[in-house]
Amino acid sequence: MKGMRAPASDLPIVFEDTSVRARDIAVLQRVSLVLGPGAPTVLLGPNGAGKTTLIRLAAKLAAPTAGRVTWGGKPDTDGNRIAVLFQRPVMLRRSAAANVAFGLSQRAAHDRRRRTTELLTQVGLAHVAERPARRLSGGEQQRLALARALAREPEVLFLDEPTASLDPAATKAVEDVVRAVASSGVKIVMATQNLGQARRLAGEIVFMLHGGVHEHAPAAQFFDAPQTSEAEAFLRGDLVV
Amino acid sequence: MFEPALKSCQKTHVYDSASAFGLLLSGDPVLYGIVRLSLAVSLSATIIAAIVALPLGAALALTRFPGRAAIIVVLNASMGLPPVVVGLVVYLLLSRSGPLGFLGILFTPQAMALAQALLVSPIIAALTRQTVEDVWSEYRDELTAMRVRPMRRVTTLIWDARFSLITALLAGFGRAAAEVGTVIIVGGNIEGFTRVMTTAIALETSKGDLPLALGLGVVLIALIIVINALAWSVRRFGELRAG
Repeated sequence: MKGMRAPASDLPIVFEDTSVRARDIAVLQRVSLVLGPGAPTVLLGPNGAGKTTLIRLAAKLAAPTAGRVTWGGKPDTDGNRIAVLFQRPVMLRRSAAANVAFGLSQRAAHDRRRRTTELLTQVGLAHVAERPARRLSGGEQQRLALARALAREPEVLFLDEPTASLDPAATKAVEDVVRAVASSGVKIVMATQNLGQARRLAGEIVFMLHGGVHEHAPAAQFFDAPQTSEAEAFLRGDLVV
Repeated sequence: MFEPALKSCQKTHVYDSASAFGLLLSGDPVLYGIVRLSLAVSLSATIIAAIVALPLGAALALTRFPGRAAIIVVLNASMGLPPVVVGLVVYLLLSRSGPLGFLGILFTPQAMALAQALLVSPIIAALTRQTVEDVWSEYRDELTAMRVRPMRRVTTLIWDARFSLITALLAGFGRAAAEVGTVIIVGGNIEGFTRVMTTAIALETSKGDLPLALGLGVVLIALIIVINALAWSVRRFGELRAG
Protein backbone atom coordinates (compact mmCIF):
# COMPACT_ATOMS: atom_id res chain seq x y z
CA MET A 1 0.00 0.00 0.00
CA LYS A 2 3.01 2.23 -0.17
CA GLY A 3 2.26 5.48 -1.97
CA MET A 4 -1.48 5.46 -1.20
CA ARG A 5 -2.63 8.17 1.14
CA ALA A 6 -5.84 8.61 3.10
CA PRO A 7 -7.68 11.85 2.21
CA ALA A 8 -6.18 14.68 4.25
CA SER A 9 -8.37 15.70 7.17
CA ASP A 10 -9.29 19.32 7.77
CA LEU A 11 -9.73 18.61 11.49
CA PRO A 12 -8.86 19.96 13.89
CA ILE A 13 -9.53 23.52 12.77
CA VAL A 14 -7.37 25.68 15.00
CA PHE A 15 -7.70 29.43 15.54
CA GLU A 16 -4.49 30.95 16.89
CA ASP A 17 -4.90 34.44 18.31
CA THR A 18 -7.16 35.22 15.34
CA SER A 19 -8.67 38.66 14.78
CA VAL A 20 -10.77 40.26 12.07
CA ARG A 21 -11.15 44.00 11.71
CA ALA A 22 -13.44 45.70 9.22
CA ARG A 23 -13.16 49.48 8.85
CA ASP A 24 -11.68 49.94 12.32
CA ILE A 25 -14.32 47.74 13.92
CA ALA A 26 -13.07 44.61 15.67
CA VAL A 27 -15.41 41.88 14.46
CA LEU A 28 -13.37 39.08 16.01
CA GLN A 29 -10.80 39.69 18.74
CA ARG A 30 -7.83 37.42 19.46
CA VAL A 31 -9.76 34.17 19.29
CA SER A 32 -7.89 30.98 20.15
CA LEU A 33 -10.02 27.91 19.69
CA VAL A 34 -9.78 24.28 18.57
CA LEU A 35 -12.64 22.67 16.66
CA GLY A 36 -11.90 18.96 16.74
CA PRO A 37 -13.81 15.86 15.67
CA GLY A 38 -16.60 14.53 17.85
CA ALA A 39 -19.92 15.81 19.15
CA PRO A 40 -21.57 18.88 17.63
CA THR A 41 -20.08 22.24 18.59
CA VAL A 42 -22.58 25.04 19.06
CA LEU A 43 -21.43 28.64 18.78
CA LEU A 44 -23.78 30.42 21.16
CA GLY A 45 -24.18 34.14 21.61
CA PRO A 46 -26.25 37.19 20.76
CA ASN A 47 -26.23 39.07 17.45
CA GLY A 48 -22.86 40.64 16.68
CA ALA A 49 -20.95 38.18 18.86
CA GLY A 50 -18.77 37.09 15.92
CA LYS A 51 -20.33 33.66 15.29
CA THR A 52 -20.80 34.13 11.55
CA THR A 53 -17.32 35.60 11.14
CA LEU A 54 -15.84 32.60 12.95
CA ILE A 55 -17.69 30.26 10.58
CA ARG A 56 -16.56 32.26 7.53
CA LEU A 57 -12.95 32.00 8.66
CA ALA A 58 -13.20 28.28 9.37
CA ALA A 59 -14.87 27.65 5.99
CA LYS A 60 -12.21 29.78 4.28
CA LEU A 61 -14.76 32.27 3.01
CA ALA A 62 -12.82 35.07 4.68
CA ALA A 63 -9.28 35.64 5.91
CA PRO A 64 -8.15 36.89 9.32
CA THR A 65 -6.53 40.30 9.60
CA ALA A 66 -4.30 39.01 12.42
CA GLY A 67 -3.38 35.61 13.81
CA ARG A 68 -3.99 32.46 11.78
CA VAL A 69 -6.27 29.51 11.15
CA THR A 70 -5.02 26.00 10.36
CA TRP A 71 -6.85 22.97 9.03
CA GLY A 72 -5.58 19.56 10.12
CA GLY A 73 -2.27 21.19 11.01
CA LYS A 74 -1.90 22.82 7.59
CA PRO A 75 -1.99 26.55 6.94
CA ASP A 76 -4.41 26.12 4.00
CA THR A 77 -7.23 23.91 2.74
CA ASP A 78 -8.89 23.33 -0.61
CA GLY A 79 -12.18 23.37 1.30
CA ASN A 80 -13.47 20.28 -0.49
CA ARG A 81 -14.34 18.57 2.78
CA ILE A 82 -16.07 21.59 4.27
CA ALA A 83 -19.72 22.52 3.63
CA VAL A 84 -21.69 25.52 4.84
CA LEU A 85 -25.40 25.99 5.36
CA PHE A 86 -26.29 29.69 5.50
CA GLN A 87 -29.14 31.29 7.37
CA ARG A 88 -30.80 32.18 4.07
CA PRO A 89 -29.48 29.69 1.53
CA VAL A 90 -29.66 30.66 -2.13
CA MET A 91 -31.69 28.26 -4.22
CA LEU A 92 -30.50 27.89 -7.80
CA ARG A 93 -33.21 28.56 -10.39
CA ARG A 94 -33.94 24.93 -11.11
CA SER A 95 -35.76 21.99 -9.57
CA ALA A 96 -35.09 20.69 -6.07
CA ALA A 97 -33.43 17.60 -7.55
CA ALA A 98 -31.25 19.71 -9.85
CA ASN A 99 -30.13 21.79 -6.86
CA VAL A 100 -28.85 18.65 -5.16
CA ALA A 101 -27.38 17.27 -8.39
CA PHE A 102 -25.43 20.54 -8.73
CA GLY A 103 -23.30 19.41 -5.79
CA LEU A 104 -22.70 16.04 -7.43
CA SER A 105 -21.32 17.21 -10.75
CA GLN A 106 -18.17 15.09 -10.43
CA ARG A 107 -20.16 11.85 -10.53
CA ALA A 108 -21.40 9.82 -13.49
CA ALA A 109 -25.00 10.58 -14.53
CA HIS A 110 -26.62 7.39 -13.20
CA ASP A 111 -24.72 7.65 -9.90
CA ARG A 112 -25.73 11.31 -9.65
CA ARG A 113 -29.42 10.46 -10.04
CA ARG A 114 -29.21 7.67 -7.46
CA ARG A 115 -27.40 9.85 -4.90
CA THR A 116 -29.76 12.79 -5.51
CA THR A 117 -32.74 10.55 -4.71
CA GLU A 118 -30.99 9.23 -1.58
CA LEU A 119 -30.22 12.71 -0.30
CA LEU A 120 -33.71 14.05 -1.01
CA THR A 121 -35.15 11.06 0.82
CA GLN A 122 -32.77 11.66 3.74
CA VAL A 123 -34.08 15.20 4.20
CA GLY A 124 -37.69 14.21 3.51
CA LEU A 125 -38.07 16.02 0.21
CA ALA A 126 -38.29 13.18 -2.30
CA HIS A 127 -41.92 14.10 -3.00
CA VAL A 128 -40.99 17.61 -4.21
CA ALA A 129 -37.96 16.57 -6.29
CA GLU A 130 -39.26 18.11 -9.50
CA ARG A 131 -40.71 21.27 -7.94
CA PRO A 132 -38.83 24.55 -8.57
CA ALA A 133 -36.56 25.02 -5.56
CA ARG A 134 -37.53 28.66 -5.15
CA ARG A 135 -41.17 27.71 -4.76
CA LEU A 136 -40.56 25.53 -1.71
CA SER A 137 -41.34 26.78 1.80
CA GLY A 138 -38.58 28.25 3.98
CA GLY A 139 -38.17 25.04 5.94
CA GLU A 140 -38.10 22.91 2.79
CA GLN A 141 -35.51 25.23 1.23
CA GLN A 142 -33.35 24.91 4.33
CA ARG A 143 -33.54 21.09 4.19
CA LEU A 144 -32.83 21.17 0.47
CA ALA A 145 -29.75 23.31 1.10
CA LEU A 146 -28.75 20.75 3.71
CA ALA A 147 -29.06 17.95 1.14
CA ARG A 148 -27.02 20.01 -1.33
CA ALA A 149 -24.33 20.56 1.30
CA LEU A 150 -24.28 16.85 2.14
CA ALA A 151 -23.89 16.01 -1.54
CA ARG A 152 -20.28 17.13 -1.17
CA GLU A 153 -19.76 14.47 1.52
CA PRO A 154 -18.24 16.94 3.96
CA GLU A 155 -16.08 16.08 6.92
CA VAL A 156 -17.23 19.31 8.61
CA LEU A 157 -20.63 20.94 8.19
CA PHE A 158 -21.03 24.55 9.35
CA LEU A 159 -24.56 25.79 9.95
CA ASP A 160 -25.11 29.50 10.44
CA GLU A 161 -28.37 29.95 12.37
CA PRO A 162 -30.14 27.55 10.00
CA THR A 163 -33.51 27.74 11.73
CA ALA A 164 -33.57 31.43 12.66
CA SER A 165 -36.59 32.20 10.48
CA LEU A 166 -38.40 28.85 10.70
CA ASP A 167 -41.48 27.76 12.63
CA PRO A 168 -41.20 24.98 15.27
CA ALA A 169 -42.24 22.18 12.89
CA ALA A 170 -39.71 23.21 10.25
CA THR A 171 -37.08 23.72 12.96
CA LYS A 172 -37.65 20.18 14.23
CA ALA A 173 -37.37 18.76 10.70
CA VAL A 174 -34.00 20.51 10.21
CA GLU A 175 -32.75 19.49 13.67
CA ASP A 176 -33.67 15.84 13.02
CA VAL A 177 -31.56 15.84 9.86
CA VAL A 178 -28.67 17.59 11.64
CA ARG A 179 -28.79 15.01 14.44
CA ALA A 180 -28.73 12.15 11.92
CA VAL A 181 -25.84 13.73 10.03
CA ALA A 182 -23.89 14.21 13.26
CA SER A 183 -24.40 10.58 14.22
CA SER A 184 -23.03 9.52 10.82
CA GLY A 185 -19.67 11.02 11.81
CA VAL A 186 -19.82 14.45 10.19
CA LYS A 187 -18.50 17.18 12.48
CA ILE A 188 -21.25 19.73 13.06
CA VAL A 189 -20.43 23.34 13.96
CA MET A 190 -23.59 25.38 14.36
CA ALA A 191 -24.14 29.03 15.24
CA THR A 192 -27.31 29.85 17.09
CA GLN A 193 -28.70 32.25 19.67
CA ASN A 194 -31.49 29.84 20.52
CA LEU A 195 -30.80 28.36 23.95
CA GLY A 196 -33.29 25.54 23.53
CA GLN A 197 -31.70 24.49 20.27
CA ALA A 198 -28.23 24.61 21.83
CA ARG A 199 -29.44 22.34 24.66
CA ARG A 200 -30.99 19.91 22.18
CA LEU A 201 -28.04 19.60 19.82
CA ALA A 202 -24.77 20.63 21.45
CA GLY A 203 -22.02 18.33 22.59
CA GLU A 204 -19.90 21.34 23.46
CA ILE A 205 -20.60 25.06 23.64
CA VAL A 206 -18.49 27.96 22.49
CA PHE A 207 -20.05 31.02 24.12
CA MET A 208 -19.20 34.19 22.19
CA LEU A 209 -19.67 37.84 23.00
CA HIS A 210 -18.32 41.05 21.45
CA GLY A 211 -16.13 39.15 18.98
CA GLY A 212 -14.44 37.01 21.58
CA VAL A 213 -14.79 33.51 23.02
CA HIS A 214 -15.94 33.81 26.64
CA GLU A 215 -16.38 30.12 27.39
CA HIS A 216 -15.64 26.83 25.69
CA ALA A 217 -16.96 23.85 27.61
CA PRO A 218 -18.90 20.59 27.32
CA ALA A 219 -22.61 21.41 26.94
CA ALA A 220 -23.71 19.87 30.26
CA GLN A 221 -21.02 21.74 32.16
CA PHE A 222 -21.82 25.03 30.43
CA PHE A 223 -25.54 24.84 31.14
CA ASP A 224 -25.10 23.58 34.74
CA ALA A 225 -22.26 25.80 35.85
CA PRO A 226 -21.36 28.65 33.52
CA GLN A 227 -17.99 30.16 34.38
CA THR A 228 -18.60 33.81 33.45
CA SER A 229 -21.19 36.31 34.59
CA GLU A 230 -22.04 37.08 30.95
CA ALA A 231 -22.80 33.42 30.20
CA GLU A 232 -24.84 33.21 33.38
CA ALA A 233 -26.84 36.27 32.36
CA PHE A 234 -27.35 34.90 28.83
CA LEU A 235 -28.63 31.60 30.25
CA ARG A 236 -31.00 33.49 32.56
CA GLY A 237 -32.47 35.14 29.49
CA ASP A 238 -31.15 38.61 30.38
CA LEU A 239 -30.34 40.97 27.55
CA VAL A 240 -26.59 40.67 27.12
CA VAL A 241 -25.34 43.63 25.11
CA MET B 1 -53.70 79.31 -47.69
CA PHE B 2 -52.25 75.83 -47.02
CA GLU B 3 -55.64 74.20 -46.35
CA PRO B 4 -56.31 72.77 -49.86
CA ALA B 5 -52.79 71.31 -50.06
CA LEU B 6 -53.15 69.89 -46.54
CA LYS B 7 -56.49 68.26 -47.38
CA SER B 8 -55.04 66.76 -50.54
CA CYS B 9 -52.08 65.48 -48.58
CA GLN B 10 -54.32 63.89 -45.93
CA LYS B 11 -56.33 62.16 -48.69
CA THR B 12 -53.11 60.84 -50.22
CA HIS B 13 -51.96 59.47 -46.85
CA VAL B 14 -55.27 57.68 -46.31
CA TYR B 15 -54.91 56.21 -49.79
CA ASP B 16 -51.27 55.23 -49.05
CA SER B 17 -52.23 53.52 -45.82
CA ALA B 18 -54.94 51.53 -47.56
CA SER B 19 -52.47 50.53 -50.26
CA ALA B 20 -49.91 49.53 -47.61
CA PHE B 21 -52.37 47.13 -45.98
CA GLY B 22 -53.27 45.90 -49.48
CA LEU B 23 -49.62 44.98 -50.04
CA LEU B 24 -49.45 43.26 -46.68
CA LEU B 25 -52.64 41.26 -47.17
CA SER B 26 -51.87 40.30 -50.75
CA GLY B 27 -48.55 38.74 -49.65
CA ASP B 28 -46.54 41.04 -51.93
CA PRO B 29 -43.34 39.05 -52.76
CA VAL B 30 -41.10 42.14 -52.79
CA LEU B 31 -42.31 43.26 -49.37
CA TYR B 32 -42.04 39.81 -47.79
CA GLY B 33 -38.64 39.18 -49.41
CA ILE B 34 -37.35 42.30 -47.69
CA VAL B 35 -38.91 41.19 -44.39
CA ARG B 36 -37.30 37.74 -44.62
CA LEU B 37 -33.84 39.20 -45.31
CA SER B 38 -34.21 41.72 -42.47
CA LEU B 39 -35.09 38.98 -40.02
CA ALA B 40 -32.26 36.75 -41.21
CA VAL B 41 -29.67 39.54 -40.92
CA SER B 42 -30.82 40.86 -37.53
CA LEU B 43 -31.27 37.43 -35.96
CA SER B 44 -27.84 36.30 -37.23
CA ALA B 45 -26.30 39.49 -35.85
CA THR B 46 -27.96 38.97 -32.47
CA ILE B 47 -26.79 35.34 -32.29
CA ILE B 48 -23.19 36.26 -33.24
CA ALA B 49 -23.22 39.10 -30.71
CA ALA B 50 -24.68 36.83 -28.02
CA ILE B 51 -21.96 34.22 -28.50
CA VAL B 52 -19.30 36.86 -27.89
CA ALA B 53 -21.04 39.26 -25.51
CA LEU B 54 -22.73 36.92 -23.02
CA PRO B 55 -19.48 35.28 -21.78
CA LEU B 56 -17.64 38.60 -22.06
CA GLY B 57 -20.21 40.42 -19.91
CA ALA B 58 -20.27 37.55 -17.40
CA ALA B 59 -16.47 37.42 -17.18
CA LEU B 60 -16.36 41.17 -16.64
CA ALA B 61 -18.91 40.82 -13.85
CA LEU B 62 -16.91 38.13 -12.05
CA THR B 63 -13.32 39.30 -12.39
CA ARG B 64 -11.43 42.13 -10.75
CA PHE B 65 -8.36 43.62 -12.41
CA PRO B 66 -6.73 47.02 -12.86
CA GLY B 67 -8.57 49.05 -15.50
CA ARG B 68 -11.83 47.15 -15.09
CA ALA B 69 -13.76 50.31 -14.23
CA ALA B 70 -12.44 52.03 -17.38
CA ILE B 71 -13.53 49.05 -19.50
CA ILE B 72 -17.01 49.16 -17.98
CA VAL B 73 -17.28 52.88 -18.72
CA VAL B 74 -16.19 52.33 -22.34
CA LEU B 75 -18.56 49.37 -22.67
CA ASN B 76 -21.50 51.35 -21.34
CA ALA B 77 -20.62 54.27 -23.60
CA SER B 78 -20.44 51.87 -26.55
CA MET B 79 -24.14 51.13 -26.15
CA GLY B 80 -24.67 54.47 -27.86
CA LEU B 81 -22.23 53.88 -30.73
CA PRO B 82 -23.28 55.90 -33.81
CA PRO B 83 -24.39 53.30 -36.39
CA VAL B 84 -22.84 55.21 -39.30
CA VAL B 85 -19.44 55.17 -37.59
CA VAL B 86 -19.70 51.41 -37.01
CA GLY B 87 -20.74 51.05 -40.65
CA LEU B 88 -17.77 53.11 -41.78
CA VAL B 89 -15.32 51.06 -39.69
CA VAL B 90 -16.71 47.76 -40.99
CA TYR B 91 -16.66 49.19 -44.53
CA LEU B 92 -12.96 50.06 -44.16
CA LEU B 93 -12.22 46.61 -42.72
CA LEU B 94 -14.05 44.76 -45.47
CA SER B 95 -13.19 46.93 -48.45
CA ARG B 96 -10.83 45.45 -50.99
CA SER B 97 -7.78 47.22 -49.52
CA GLY B 98 -8.86 46.61 -45.89
CA PRO B 99 -7.43 43.93 -43.58
CA LEU B 100 -10.49 41.72 -44.07
CA GLY B 101 -10.91 42.53 -47.76
CA PHE B 102 -9.89 38.99 -48.73
CA LEU B 103 -13.22 37.74 -47.36
CA GLY B 104 -15.00 39.46 -50.24
CA ILE B 105 -18.22 39.98 -48.31
CA LEU B 106 -18.67 43.76 -48.62
CA PHE B 107 -22.20 44.57 -49.90
CA THR B 108 -23.54 41.20 -48.84
CA PRO B 109 -25.96 40.18 -46.07
CA GLN B 110 -22.98 38.65 -44.23
CA ALA B 111 -21.32 42.06 -44.00
CA MET B 112 -24.58 43.55 -42.74
CA ALA B 113 -24.90 40.86 -40.06
CA LEU B 114 -21.28 41.42 -39.01
CA ALA B 115 -21.77 45.18 -38.76
CA GLN B 116 -24.99 44.81 -36.79
CA ALA B 117 -23.29 42.29 -34.49
CA LEU B 118 -20.58 44.85 -33.75
CA LEU B 119 -23.23 47.45 -33.06
CA VAL B 120 -25.27 45.33 -30.63
CA SER B 121 -22.45 43.44 -28.88
CA PRO B 122 -21.76 46.27 -26.41
CA ILE B 123 -25.47 46.47 -25.55
CA ILE B 124 -25.68 42.75 -24.80
CA ALA B 125 -22.31 42.68 -22.99
CA ALA B 126 -23.11 45.71 -20.81
CA LEU B 127 -26.57 44.45 -19.85
CA THR B 128 -25.16 40.97 -19.22
CA ARG B 129 -22.45 42.37 -16.96
CA GLN B 130 -24.99 44.25 -14.87
CA THR B 131 -27.38 41.28 -14.68
CA VAL B 132 -24.69 38.72 -13.83
CA GLU B 133 -23.11 41.05 -11.27
CA ASP B 134 -26.47 41.33 -9.50
CA VAL B 135 -26.93 37.55 -9.50
CA TRP B 136 -23.31 37.06 -8.38
CA SER B 137 -23.80 39.28 -5.36
CA GLU B 138 -26.64 36.94 -4.37
CA TYR B 139 -24.80 33.69 -5.19
CA ARG B 140 -21.23 34.58 -4.17
CA ASP B 141 -21.12 32.94 -0.73
CA GLU B 142 -23.02 29.87 -1.83
CA LEU B 143 -20.90 29.15 -4.92
CA THR B 144 -17.68 29.95 -3.08
CA ALA B 145 -18.63 27.65 -0.21
CA MET B 146 -19.38 24.92 -2.77
CA ARG B 147 -15.92 25.49 -4.31
CA VAL B 148 -17.44 25.94 -7.77
CA ARG B 149 -14.70 26.52 -10.33
CA PRO B 150 -14.58 29.87 -12.20
CA MET B 151 -15.79 28.56 -15.58
CA ARG B 152 -18.69 26.76 -13.94
CA ARG B 153 -19.55 29.91 -12.03
CA VAL B 154 -19.92 31.74 -15.34
CA THR B 155 -22.17 29.08 -16.86
CA THR B 156 -24.20 28.75 -13.64
CA LEU B 157 -24.78 32.48 -13.38
CA ILE B 158 -25.68 32.85 -17.05
CA TRP B 159 -28.09 29.92 -16.76
CA ASP B 160 -29.70 31.23 -13.59
CA ALA B 161 -29.98 34.73 -15.04
CA ARG B 162 -31.33 33.37 -18.33
CA PHE B 163 -34.73 34.97 -18.04
CA SER B 164 -33.25 38.40 -17.41
CA LEU B 165 -30.70 37.91 -20.17
CA ILE B 166 -33.52 37.40 -22.66
CA THR B 167 -34.22 41.09 -22.16
CA ALA B 168 -30.60 41.90 -23.01
CA LEU B 169 -30.86 39.83 -26.20
CA LEU B 170 -34.13 41.55 -27.08
CA ALA B 171 -32.56 44.95 -26.62
CA GLY B 172 -29.81 43.85 -29.00
CA PHE B 173 -32.25 42.49 -31.55
CA GLY B 174 -34.37 45.63 -31.36
CA ARG B 175 -31.34 47.81 -32.02
CA ALA B 176 -30.21 45.60 -34.91
CA ALA B 177 -33.62 45.43 -36.56
CA ALA B 178 -34.29 49.16 -36.25
CA GLU B 179 -30.97 50.56 -37.40
CA VAL B 180 -30.36 51.89 -40.90
CA GLY B 181 -27.01 53.71 -41.00
CA THR B 182 -24.74 50.68 -40.66
CA VAL B 183 -26.45 48.38 -43.11
CA ILE B 184 -26.81 51.01 -45.80
CA ILE B 185 -23.04 51.61 -45.74
CA VAL B 186 -21.88 47.98 -45.73
CA GLY B 187 -24.87 46.49 -47.56
CA GLY B 188 -25.46 49.10 -50.21
CA ASN B 189 -29.25 48.66 -50.25
CA ILE B 190 -29.13 46.46 -53.35
CA GLU B 191 -32.64 45.47 -54.44
CA GLY B 192 -33.38 41.80 -53.93
CA PHE B 193 -30.01 41.19 -52.30
CA THR B 194 -29.17 43.51 -49.42
CA ARG B 195 -32.31 45.61 -49.13
CA VAL B 196 -33.77 45.32 -45.61
CA MET B 197 -36.82 46.95 -44.07
CA THR B 198 -35.17 50.06 -42.69
CA THR B 199 -33.13 50.86 -45.80
CA ALA B 200 -36.16 50.14 -47.99
CA ILE B 201 -38.34 52.46 -45.91
CA ALA B 202 -35.76 55.24 -46.25
CA LEU B 203 -35.42 54.70 -50.00
CA GLU B 204 -39.12 54.29 -50.82
CA THR B 205 -40.00 57.36 -48.77
CA SER B 206 -37.45 59.43 -50.68
CA LYS B 207 -38.89 58.07 -53.95
CA GLY B 208 -42.43 58.84 -52.83
CA ASP B 209 -43.57 55.18 -52.80
CA LEU B 210 -45.32 55.57 -49.50
CA PRO B 211 -47.50 52.41 -49.59
CA LEU B 212 -44.44 50.10 -49.61
CA ALA B 213 -42.65 52.26 -47.00
CA LEU B 214 -45.72 52.28 -44.77
CA GLY B 215 -46.30 48.54 -45.24
CA LEU B 216 -42.73 47.81 -44.23
CA GLY B 217 -43.06 50.17 -41.27
CA VAL B 218 -46.16 48.32 -40.08
CA VAL B 219 -44.39 44.96 -40.44
CA LEU B 220 -41.29 46.24 -38.62
CA ILE B 221 -43.29 47.48 -35.65
CA ALA B 222 -45.47 44.35 -35.61
CA LEU B 223 -42.39 42.12 -35.70
CA ILE B 224 -40.79 43.87 -32.76
CA ILE B 225 -44.03 43.64 -30.76
CA VAL B 226 -44.46 39.93 -31.62
CA ILE B 227 -40.85 39.07 -30.72
CA ASN B 228 -41.12 40.98 -27.44
CA ALA B 229 -44.42 39.27 -26.62
CA LEU B 230 -42.87 35.91 -27.40
CA ALA B 231 -39.84 36.62 -25.23
CA TRP B 232 -42.07 37.87 -22.41
CA SER B 233 -44.10 34.65 -22.62
CA VAL B 234 -40.95 32.51 -22.57
CA ARG B 235 -39.67 34.45 -19.58
CA ARG B 236 -42.96 34.21 -17.70
CA PHE B 237 -43.32 30.50 -18.46
CA GLY B 238 -39.72 29.87 -17.44
CA GLU B 239 -40.11 31.80 -14.20
CA LEU B 240 -43.21 29.80 -13.33
CA ARG B 241 -41.41 26.54 -14.02
CA ALA B 242 -37.99 27.35 -12.56
CA GLY B 243 -39.05 29.70 -9.78
